Amino acid sequence: MALIELRGVSKIYHLGGEEIRALDNVDLDINGGEFISIIGPSGSGKSTLMHILGCLDSPTRGSIKLDGTEIASASAREQARIRNQKIGFVFQFFNLLPKLNVLQNVELPMVYAGCSARERRERAMAALKLVEMDNRAKHRPMQLSGGQQQRAAIARALVNSPKIVFADEPTGNLDSHTGETILRLFHELSLQGRTIALVTHDPEIAAVTPRKIEIRDGKIAQNVDAKLSGQRDGPKFDVGDRQNLTP
Amino acid sequence: MNFFNAIAVGLKEIWANKFRSLLTMLGIILGVSSLVAMSALVKGMENGMKAALIAIGGLEKVRVEEQDIPVWQQHMADQAVGTTMNDVHALLHSAPLITMVVPEMRTRNITMTRGGKSISPWNFIGTWPNAVDLNQHVVAHGRMFNEIDDENARNVCVIGTAVRDALFGSPEQVGREVIPIGEFVNINNQRFKIIGMFDRYESEQDRKSRELQKDKPVEPKTGPERSKGFGSGKGSKGGGMSGGFVYDLKNNTVYIPLNTMWLRFRAATGVSGAGSGSYSRSSGTSAGSTSGSTAEFVPDPRLSTLSIKVANIDQMDEALQQAKNVLMHSHKGIEDFSFRTQENWSEDIGTAIKNYRMSGGIISAISLLVGGIGIMNIMLASITERVREIGIRKAVGATFIDVFTQILVESVVIAIIGGVAGLFTSNVLVQILIKLSPTGNTPVITVESMVLAFAFSVAVGVLAGLFPAFKAAKLNPIQALRYE
Repeated sequence: MALIELRGVSKIYHLGGEEIRALDNVDLDINGGEFISIIGPSGSGKSTLMHILGCLDSPTRGSIKLDGTEIASASAREQARIRNQKIGFVFQFFNLLPKLNVLQNVELPMVYAGCSARERRERAMAALKLVEMDNRAKHRPMQLSGGQQQRAAIARALVNSPKIVFADEPTGNLDSHTGETILRLFHELSLQGRTIALVTHDPEIAAVTPRKIEIRDGKIAQNVDAKLSGQRDGPKFDVGDRQNLTP
Repeated sequence: MNFFNAIAVGLKEIWANKFRSLLTMLGIILGVSSLVAMSALVKGMENGMKAALIAIGGLEKVRVEEQDIPVWQQHMADQAVGTTMNDVHALLHSAPLITMVVPEMRTRNITMTRGGKSISPWNFIGTWPNAVDLNQHVVAHGRMFNEIDDENARNVCVIGTAVRDALFGSPEQVGREVIPIGEFVNINNQRFKIIGMFDRYESEQDRKSRELQKDKPVEPKTGPERSKGFGSGKGSKGGGMSGGFVYDLKNNTVYIPLNTMWLRFRAATGVSGAGSGSYSRSSGTSAGSTSGSTAEFVPDPRLSTLSIKVANIDQMDEALQQAKNVLMHSHKGIEDFSFRTQENWSEDIGTAIKNYRMSGGIISAISLLVGGIGIMNIMLASITERVREIGIRKAVGATFIDVFTQILVESVVIAIIGGVAGLFTSNVLVQILIKLSPTGNTPVITVESMVLAFAFSVAVGVLAGLFPAFKAAKLNPIQALRYE
């Protein structure tokens, strides 16, 4: 059974009497451990898809099963719990709270999960170690470079061991070199068995992932899996090339 | 998110915006301190009024006054005996709920003279020595006349300070306190020895203004000596409710023994009451023997008033009923008397205080409310600033309740800090009020008012936080995350 199952999902907005189908009858399966990219130009509906998959929004029609449970009709409270426990978000603008230091930012999801202070600290440090930010735990986000901030944000997304991590244009606000490091980090995390979905408009970034889902006008235009189709235009960089990541 | 976390987050947020938070708290601080200070002022006023009430004998004192005979007893009008010494003895023997009975005989048209000075005291009363206790007099110098003075009808008197001021000069005029014990004065041309003088009775208000006056240099007089019109006496009295007239009345008192009153000022007409003129409560024979010196006179046994003291205020009704039953017997069943208590005055004080408290409370409550609006305003501005933060928190799993609690706690924490600071400020404020206005009753801070003001400020904090908290918690995470 797939980790995420979308069946006939539509999202319809009404703008001044005009009906806008941001998502139109989408069927999609995402399996556990997959590393996928959702690509499409702006206005294609990829953000809407991510919001619905990420439990930030509910579809107008259709059913979504995450980890076997139906979430399309979940209440706001249940959605918040699902976001907290099963989903991690990485944003283009990092979205760390400027008043908290890195450690506190990473602890934030666990605060809402109701973990004890000690457990929060241990798990947050472990997550920071994973992204090699443990030596910056006491820094404020403003004292860090963009790449470091994004890594802290990734640590925050991972800290509650979510079923799937959504990264919305994670390299959009970084220079190309730093962006590449971040993508490499995602790749490594995917190799550790985590399910990761990159949302981007950039085909070059999408080229990193084995599976690409292209959205156009609210519909899935292309659903290519490099492994299944045997195409070998997958990762542009060598998986073993990780000297920047691990000491 | 647990509660302590929420408080910690709230405190951090307040600390991050120190100046803004301080300004916001200022509204609450001022509101709380004005509420406490107002209540302290009213409490001071209440104390002043109660002191005046106690000065005239307190609630326990009841006067038995003459009253017109009721219509259905008019046919017995000529049988009515009036208030006499018989009533005094009857009450003393038969009314256990009454602890003290004091007969009073007043005379008008009295002139006291000494040298070229004279005064007509407002209260010239012949009474028993226990009148001092009942009327809450304090004999500051000399002594009160005793039972032997009364028995022998000696020409002695105990005077109030106003009488002293008139006959010997007040301390302000003379420059020192004249204590005229042992001096002789003429009362309607009869020589009386002053054996005692009462304390100077005055409200706290007057005492303070007098003390203040003492420090000030005497203002040079302009023009010839003259009266400046009604109400321009030495010390301006603080209006009717402060009870200043009570003290004036009390200072303007002269007590002489009851028997002396009968012999020197009243011995003309009336029915002879064998032994009833005697102070002695003992049997008729001893009364007869001791009152031998007064036998040739025919004293008027009627009294102007009779004051009684009730043993227990809670049993006021029972005691008055008992007194009435006894008096009905000694009055041949004719109801030519009535009771006059201070309950009315006490109730007036209660109502006045309630009104002051109400109006002052409403004004302070409004200022607290304004403080609350200030909090709400700042919280609304603050959540607008933090839309993105709220979006992030929601994206990582904060529920409606989590965000709601966070904002509400922040608002309540501001109110609590403001409330505590307000309680401190109120103490300072009241100290300043005491210094600023030495006249008037000293404000007294009560614990209840502090508790009330603090509770009110917390309630205002909660109310002010509800709407911003709701608004923040309702934010759509997607839009909040996009917010710039």
